[in-house]
Amino acid sequence: MFEPHISVQNLNIAYGERQVLKDITVDIPRNRITAIIGPSGCGKSTLLKSMNRLIELADGVKISGKVLVDGVNVFDKGIDVTDLRKKMGLIAQTPNPLPMSIYDNVAYGPRIHGTNDKNNLDKRVEQCLQAAGLWDEVKDRLKDPASRLSAGQQQRLCLARALAIKPEVLLCDEPTSALDPISSQCIEEQLIKLSKNYTIVFVTHILRQARRLADHVIFLYLGELVEQGPAEKVFSKPDNPRTKAYIEGVFG
Amino acid sequence: MNKRKVEESFFKMLMLLSTGLVVGGLLVVFAIVILKGAPALSLSMLTQTPKGGYYLGKEGGILNAIIGSIYVAGGATAIGLLLSLAIVLYIHGYGERSRISSFTRLSLDVLWGVPSIVYGVFLFTMMLALRARASLLFGIITVTLFELPIITRAIDEVMKMVPAKLKEASYSLGSTRFETVRHVMTRQALPGILTAVLLAFGRGIGDAASVLFTAGYTDSIPRSLFDPVATLPLAIFFQLGTPIPEVQQRAYASGIILLFIVLLLSVTSRLATRKLMKYVIK
Repeated sequence: MFEPHISVQNLNIAYGERQVLKDITVDIPRNRITAIIGPSGCGKSTLLKSMNRLIELADGVKISGKVLVDGVNVFDKGIDVTDLRKKMGLIAQTPNPLPMSIYDNVAYGPRIHGTNDKNNLDKRVEQCLQAAGLWDEVKDRLKDPASRLSAGQQQRLCLARALAIKPEVLLCDEPTSALDPISSQCIEEQLIKLSKNYTIVFVTHILRQARRLADHVIFLYLGELVEQGPAEKVFSKPDNPRTKAYIEGVFG
Repeated sequence: MNKRKVEESFFKMLMLLSTGLVVGGLLVVFAIVILKGAPALSLSMLTQTPKGGYYLGKEGGILNAIIGSIYVAGGATAIGLLLSLAIVLYIHGYGERSRISSFTRLSLDVLWGVPSIVYGVFLFTMMLALRARASLLFGIITVTLFELPIITRAIDEVMKMVPAKLKEASYSLGSTRFETVRHVMTRQALPGILTAVLLAFGRGIGDAASVLFTAGYTDSIPRSLFDPVATLPLAIFFQLGTPIPEVQQRAYASGIILLFIVLLLSVTSRLATRKLMKYVIK
């Protein structure tokens, strides 16, 4: 067993009448890549977005249960949601750069959190772009609008932007689904490097990708937890017949 | 020929015809104003205020009205922009679907439909109660009221178009609602905001009815907010109302000046919009 970085306990989420997550209890290990797998519409993204409370932006959402990050429930009344989100970088399904320059995209987070010194910002921007594997491609055109980058570059920019707020956790919501294979591979390589220092939660419906990346696997099906465990075990000797069927490609 | 092809070409013709009607109409207006006004257009019209007897065909120009119009419409648009930004930031930051927001939108839509003369009369009754004279200040207030619904609803609409993924990106970095609206949504909507400002300014500078009672009319350039002020639409109105042909011709020349100011703004804002558009996320 491991000491979990994030621990979800009896989490139920419904949009209006539609129950999306049913009594989910899972643990996510520190400084490992955890893949949340399952067919489309099984609640993977909802589970991910409950961790930084982005789920609350949706209309008519009802939440019960706990999500503990370092032992503290994120839904507690006293929690400052901006502090919480600062700890949890998010990389979305489609690249979503901000409407500003490449430099400002990365500097935006540090700026709103109080870093305004030009030297510090310059250093942070360079570090993060390097960690995201984008620095060499953009170092001569940092003032260009982010919208001019290719989709793959934009997604790496989003990774750099997430890193710039010095998070402890990286939440990735199918971050390669809109990208070509080469850009996808690039993102995967960066995430593997980053997993030494960050807890990474990675939603995907591509099983091969989960096999390549994951240390730990959570399998959801129709809003229920089917199985969780170390990747090698879940992929080779799953306990649950539904997991086995999914992995073998019988459905999903 | 089969029925679908006939249908296609029929509606294509219809669309071309309507487009032609609009563009043609506009060109005819331009042509008439320019043909009638060009002979009277001179440098002195742009650089001089009316001298004694100007309205009888003597020396002078309408610099008072050009400056006055820019003061009134510029002041009103600036104040209108500030107020409308506050309204829009509230609506989009703190409850787009709240009751306050939908009531605000409804009110603005109703106000949009109110004829500008009504704003003028409303302000005029206030001025009577305050025993105030017509002045630049009241002209600006009236035009602000009249521009506010236009500018607010136009900005509101472009803010609605900001993709949800951008807001999500901003929130996930730990932004507050205010930071999200202020730095991300406004940035994305900037070209649209510029268009809204221009639209409002154009309406403000061209409106005669709202300033008829409130701004007064004078042959000199106002020195303070409490001086009366002339505007281009009223200058056109008064010149056209004289029985003297040369003065009527000057009314058309004033029309050319007004058209030119609006055109100039429109072109500059197009160029500026193109520059701003490159940052916009599609």
